[in-house]
Amino acid sequence: MAEVTTEEKVKVKEPKEPLFSKKNRKLLSDPLADNNPITIQVLGICSALAITAQLKPSIVMAISVIFVLGIGNVVISLMRNIIPSKIRIIVQLVVVAALVIVVDQVLKAFAYTLSKELSVFIGLIITNCIIMGRFEAFALGNGPWKSFLDGIGNAAGYGVLLIIVAFFRELLGSGTLFGIKVLGDPIEKTGLYALGYENNGFMVLAPMALITVGVIIWIQRSKNKALIEDH
Amino acid sequence: MGLKDKLHKLKLKYQGKKMAPAFNAIHTFLYLPNETTHSGGHIRGADDLKRTMNTVIMSLIPCLIFGMFNAGYQHYLALGEIEAVSNGFFSSEFWSWDNLVIGLWQVLPLVVVSYGVGLAVEFVFAVIKGHEVEEGYLVTGMLVPLIVPVDTPLWMLAVAVIFGVVIGKEVFGGTGMNILNPALTIRAFLFFAYPTWMSGDKVWVHGAVERAGEIANGAKLDAMSGETILGGLAQGKNIVGSQDATYSIADAFLGFIPGSVGETSALLILLGGLFLVFTKIGSWRIMLSAVLGTLIMGLIFNGVTSAGWITESSKFYGLMNLEFWKHLIVGGIAFGIVFMATDPVTASQTNKGKWIYGFLIGFISILIRVFNPAYPEGVFLAILLMNVFAPTIDHYVVQGNIKKRMKRLKLKTA
Repeated sequence: MAEVTTEEKVKVKEPKEPLFSKKNRKLLSDPLADNNPITIQVLGICSALAITAQLKPSIVMAISVIFVLGIGNVVISLMRNIIPSKIRIIVQLVVVAALVIVVDQVLKAFAYTLSKELSVFIGLIITNCIIMGRFEAFALGNGPWKSFLDGIGNAAGYGVLLIIVAFFRELLGSGTLFGIKVLGDPIEKTGLYALGYENNGFMVLAPMALITVGVIIWIQRSKNKALIEDH
Repeated sequence: MGLKDKLHKLKLKYQGKKMAPAFNAIHTFLYLPNETTHSGGHIRGADDLKRTMNTVIMSLIPCLIFGMFNAGYQHYLALGEIEAVSNGFFSSEFWSWDNLVIGLWQVLPLVVVSYGVGLAVEFVFAVIKGHEVEEGYLVTGMLVPLIVPVDTPLWMLAVAVIFGVVIGKEVFGGTGMNILNPALTIRAFLFFAYPTWMSGDKVWVHGAVERAGEIANGAKLDAMSGETILGGLAQGKNIVGSQDATYSIADAFLGFIPGSVGETSALLILLGGLFLVFTKIGSWRIMLSAVLGTLIMGLIFNGVTSAGWITESSKFYGLMNLEFWKHLIVGGIAFGIVFMATDPVTASQTNKGKWIYGFLIGFISILIRVFNPAYPEGVFLAILLMNVFAPTIDHYVVQGNIKKRMKRLKLKTA
């Protein structure tokens, strides 16, 4: 869970660095795999359990978090030298809250049913640990461009995991993908259902999301032994 | 001993290779291994893990055989082709070849799938991890077919067994390391994944689900349905009683009632339990305290109804009003207490802890049974819950003991 490495906090003062230098690309790609916010840092689990029963809300959630964290990181990074450190949490909250309200209103205007489906979880992005974590660990100590990449990377790492979990939960739990009946019709008994297959009701329940995340962590760690902590 | 020697030679041949655990496993599975402890002053007991497991299986065999006959009996009874038992435990209506044929046809595949899939998963993990196959699945594999409805589709059972063995046991490090009872993990998975096959008034009688499907498709047949005993009791029906009830108390005690394959006969479970206690395999503390917990919770509910604190229109009234001791002869609670709660790996280890652990299992089972109509049989949930709490209970028992001794030490030194 130690997402705060000292390297990140050191201010980088190299005058001329290409926009997509190796270091910067690492900021973007690391959270997708070996420093994934969910499987490695174990942050943002709550929403990952709550909204991954279907693919569509998971993707909307992923995009929303990418938007909020990308812009939020830039805003905090720009203000990092003028925020008094004693009230920085409040300032961070104000920034997230403003961005989340924008997302919420946009969803209500253009995708009302989805926004109903996601209900409080869009609002709860404010409390998503990944966002506060990145503000604290990265944006407060780095420039806007780096912070932007870091924000996008971490949010995407979160999103990728949401989508993987939602894929399995929707396919096995409801027999659909994006609401399309890929395994046949359970009532008309076509496709797989004609052979006696049935949807696994357990996959729709939250415990199975936790177990799915657990299995992903298991696979990831058995592939990359460096991730296993010493005891 | 030709086979044993052959296996031993194969074992030596494959020593250190990838498939070695598989050969070792077959060898240990069938015979006593040639290697035992060599050095040190160990006490060499004859009751190794394998013997412990086999003792439990022996105590389960009567339940299995009874379950096979019962599968056929309930089937033909629901079809109206035979009369209800009239002659006590040894009624000829029950112990007939026709019943046994149905039972063999339906129950043996469950046993085969349970063992086949479960042992396959264990073998795969043994080969991947390069350790020996443990005998831990032997009992689980026998328990699983006994606690599912007779018509459970085999592929569902296979999926559940894979889940139960992998998530319930292997992720924690295999036999002896698991937190949850694997057989109950499998049961819980089936219950939450495929609820229509695990509850309702059709699943307990072989052929009833199929018949319902045919009727829905327009076939002109009589519907078959087995009474769900707990469901009926919850509605306040007179199902288990001495007069005018669907089943007499003797029926419920002897096991001539619909239910999961092996859990209907309280008599045979009682015998199995006595056998386990006598051979010192099962803990009598857990069994006794769980029975006490069941009775006390039942008594509390009986008290609530007789004090008139709850009206008859309440949906909890039916089960609350059930005489407290009848809780033990309906549903799976007796089976759970004797064969599941006493699992030495997942139960409390300390003697005092066993009393608390067992008592709470009985207590919570009845609580769930009465208050949560969605989970008509609460015993598997109660045992899984207490499995999780068993280490905590042990921790406090041990800490309490340390504190007591520290006090005594202080008194002496002071």
